[in-house]
Amino acid sequence: MDLHFTEAAPAAEEVAAVDRVVSVAANGLKRTYLLPVLHAIQDRVGWISPGALNYASRILEVPPAEAFGVADFYALLSTHPQPPAVAHVCDDIACKIKGADQLCSELEKAHGPEGSSPDGKLTWRRSPCLGTCERAPAALVLVAGERHTEQALASANSEEITATLQGRQISQPALSASVPQMGQPGLTLLRRVGQINPESLDEYRAADGFLALRRAFEMGPAAVVREMTESKLVGRGGAAFPCGQKWQSILSAASPRYLVCNADESEPGTFKDRVLMEGDPYALIESMIIAAFATGCEQGYLYIRGECPLARRRLEHAIRDCRAQSLLGTNILGAGVCFDIELRAGAGAYICGEETALLNSIEGKRGEPRNKPPFPTQVGLFGKPTIIQNVETLLNVLPIIMQGGKAFAAIGTERSTGTKLFCLSGHVAKPGVYEVPFGATLRELLDLAGGISGSGKLQAILVGGAAGSFLGPTDLDTQMTFEGTRAAGTALGSAVVMPFDDTVDLREILLCIASFFRDESCGQCVPCRVGTVRQEEILWRLAAGRPLASRATELVMLKEVGQAMRDASICGLGQTASSAIESALSRFPLFRDREIQAEPGGVER
Amino acid sequence: MSTQSAPDPKIPVPRGPLPILPQSRPARMVEITIDGKPVSVPQGSTLLDAARSIGIDTPTLCFLESLTPVNVCRICVVEVEGMRALVPACSRQAEPGMVVKTDSERVQLSRRLVLELLASSVDVSTAPQLQEYMRRYSARPERFGEPATPAAEGERDAAQPGHHQPPETGAATVAQPVKIDNKLYVRDYGKCILCYKCVEACGVDAQNTFAIAVAGRGFEVRISTEYNTPLTNSACVYCGNCIGVCPTGALMFRSEYEMRQSGTWDESKQTHTDTICPYCGVGCTLTVHVQDEKIVKVTSPLDQEITEGHLCIKGRFGWEWVNQKK
Repeated sequence: MDLHFTEAAPAAEEVAAVDRVVSVAANGLKRTYLLPVLHAIQDRVGWISPGALNYASRILEVPPAEAFGVADFYALLSTHPQPPAVAHVCDDIACKIKGADQLCSELEKAHGPEGSSPDGKLTWRRSPCLGTCERAPAALVLVAGERHTEQALASANSEEITATLQGRQISQPALSASVPQMGQPGLTLLRRVGQINPESLDEYRAADGFLALRRAFEMGPAAVVREMTESKLVGRGGAAFPCGQKWQSILSAASPRYLVCNADESEPGTFKDRVLMEGDPYALIESMIIAAFATGCEQGYLYIRGECPLARRRLEHAIRDCRAQSLLGTNILGAGVCFDIELRAGAGAYICGEETALLNSIEGKRGEPRNKPPFPTQVGLFGKPTIIQNVETLLNVLPIIMQGGKAFAAIGTERSTGTKLFCLSGHVAKPGVYEVPFGATLRELLDLAGGISGSGKLQAILVGGAAGSFLGPTDLDTQMTFEGTRAAGTALGSAVVMPFDDTVDLREILLCIASFFRDESCGQCVPCRVGTVRQEEILWRLAAGRPLASRATELVMLKEVGQAMRDASICGLGQTASSAIESALSRFPLFRDREIQAEPGGVER
Repeated sequence: MSTQSAPDPKIPVPRGPLPILPQSRPARMVEITIDGKPVSVPQGSTLLDAARSIGIDTPTLCFLESLTPVNVCRICVVEVEGMRALVPACSRQAEPGMVVKTDSERVQLSRRLVLELLASSVDVSTAPQLQEYMRRYSARPERFGEPATPAAEGERDAAQPGHHQPPETGAATVAQPVKIDNKLYVRDYGKCILCYKCVEACGVDAQNTFAIAVAGRGFEVRISTEYNTPLTNSACVYCGNCIGVCPTGALMFRSEYEMRQSGTWDESKQTHTDTICPYCGVGCTLTVHVQDEKIVKVTSPLDQEITEGHLCIKGRFGWEWVNQKK
């Protein structure tokens, strides 16, 4: 490729950072190392300088304009100079009702306004949901340098954030703080979480680790796929696609095929995958090996959210361990099975949880979703047939192999089989990840989590995250299954259950959701790119009691924008960006109690 | 041939006969229904092809025959029975038995909203096709409110992904100062609807130069060189193929831009004459736009077999000497 570069030259440490990543990038697919290289530069010097970008582009043979477009897509990368230490402070829904705004104003007092840096050494920024909602408010502190550090703080306070920015390590609560059921009998997916050392392969083995893998190897690929089909397992990432059907569909596809684990959990209020990866990382590796064995994939990618440093470290460690023990590589368990996993970290983009955006991100492109069809099982990663599964979905492979598909299908309900992890946060007494057999009602889940906290009076429940919808106190008997939530006019989504007490101003929550989608839209298609902006503007005017023509016309516009986003957007982000807002407006008398102020033409109808 | 309203050239430009290609096997036909009518199209045809084959005029903005469909503008969406969301006609292939509606209420609403969302955030004053669509779908972009304050120079280029200021009273727009950094063309991104066509033409679809790409995220998405470096310092080779495919006048010959600024640009006084580029042996067709006996712009017809409307710097810009001749 005949590329043209500006004269900007890299610094020595930038060259070293790039070279360290590229030295392992031997497979010829150079561009796929763009995001890892950008991470390395960001971690080393705190931003992506023109010289460093030029160097990375030259080495990876990517046009610099395109490399810039990629760097400029991710919130955790900066294409402008910034201080080396940055605290990303979550002010999303769960954190907002647990004092995030107060935290931000304390940080503002201590370090100046968001993004400013009087001493040039550190700064702070607001962030979308960091996926630590059970211990809200949360912050992620990134410090660039020769020994760069990443620390997730939750619950975060301004003193600890400041100390971390200045280089201190602050110890964080154990996993028991995130899994209230820890150690209880009857758990399946959470069985080992907190019970074994997540960095000990021996302890994992002693806790039935790799038994399922041995059994799967004995059964053979076809039998594994058959058990998956009989289990009636459907994907846990939000789209609820039948897993067996997906695996079956790739069997006749050409090689190479890829297996991708979607660990880019970023739906506001969701933290179950993070807890699984932090607490039981080997189980995810084992599940991926079985999935790859059954579907004939020799290369796997594990794309983990950039905001989960602990889970990433544990997975890195687990992958290294497994390679050393011939559990990954060219001859797994001496059975001649060949499979390895490359870990990839996101860099702050909710949209990359959308499966085709995730594929583009791995390929070193902007995280823009692709049009479907073709589906990834036909044309996926690098244009090859690809199986993409969410973390929780993959972990269900282990019990399916051990118990058999039929026994698995007997758990739960007819159409929602197995156990399910729910993420309870917001105004519940004991927030955390809960595992229950499918079939529990919303009321039972709330009871499990100790009931409503705060004022104790339930106002509303956000189900399924920002892309989900609101239910009210009269909906507590909704069965939290795929079919039950659908019947109640909502969707299980990523299994977020976030109740709000009656002191919460739901209008603020709606503004927060609208702002989230405006920030996280990839910007590719018109309905979502501009629709999320107009949606937020309309809500602001309604909240301020200053509609343009009348409240009624604003509500009509809101509905039409919502419908166009739902109908005409490329991907699930735009298609669900109005869902929670519309559900709240249809259930609660919001925006009806504000006096309409003297605005030209602003007559209340 | 020139397809615009200008008078026919006195001497028609001869175009050579098409080379005879080996006969490919006849494609299998796919039967579908569009707006109640049965339609039969060769396998691999898109719903746009199918609709056009029976005379249904489906609006498109980001689609161009000579470029890979990116299906981002979503104005071509149609309703397919059994699909939850609408589908983009420009890239969705016809499948046997599909029942398609191109003018249902849902389709009309989405198309109108796409137009309203665009026209409320972008200056569409030099986008005649888009304006025509707005009339067709009764789009009223003004209902989203007065435009908010335009961005200052460099402001949109400095946006941080994932962060934005709370809304102002008006409707947010992409309005910003025009980028003028070279003698040949200007980039007025306040008129950009982000159809990706220029990026495609600069990339593998035509020029393989890769001077520009999509940068930023969300509403702050923009077409940019790396770090917004001036074109003169970028990979740009001034082929002007980005101008050739731009549907809104965001990319414009500097000559046209300056005449418009001074109020002398007058398309009613212009003639369009097709000729063959004199510079090399490729034989690209040039359409020469002449006003007051001066060449004011050169384009190339999209249906030109040789380069599908794409030119190089010489063909596109190398005519200044003609104007300087006595």
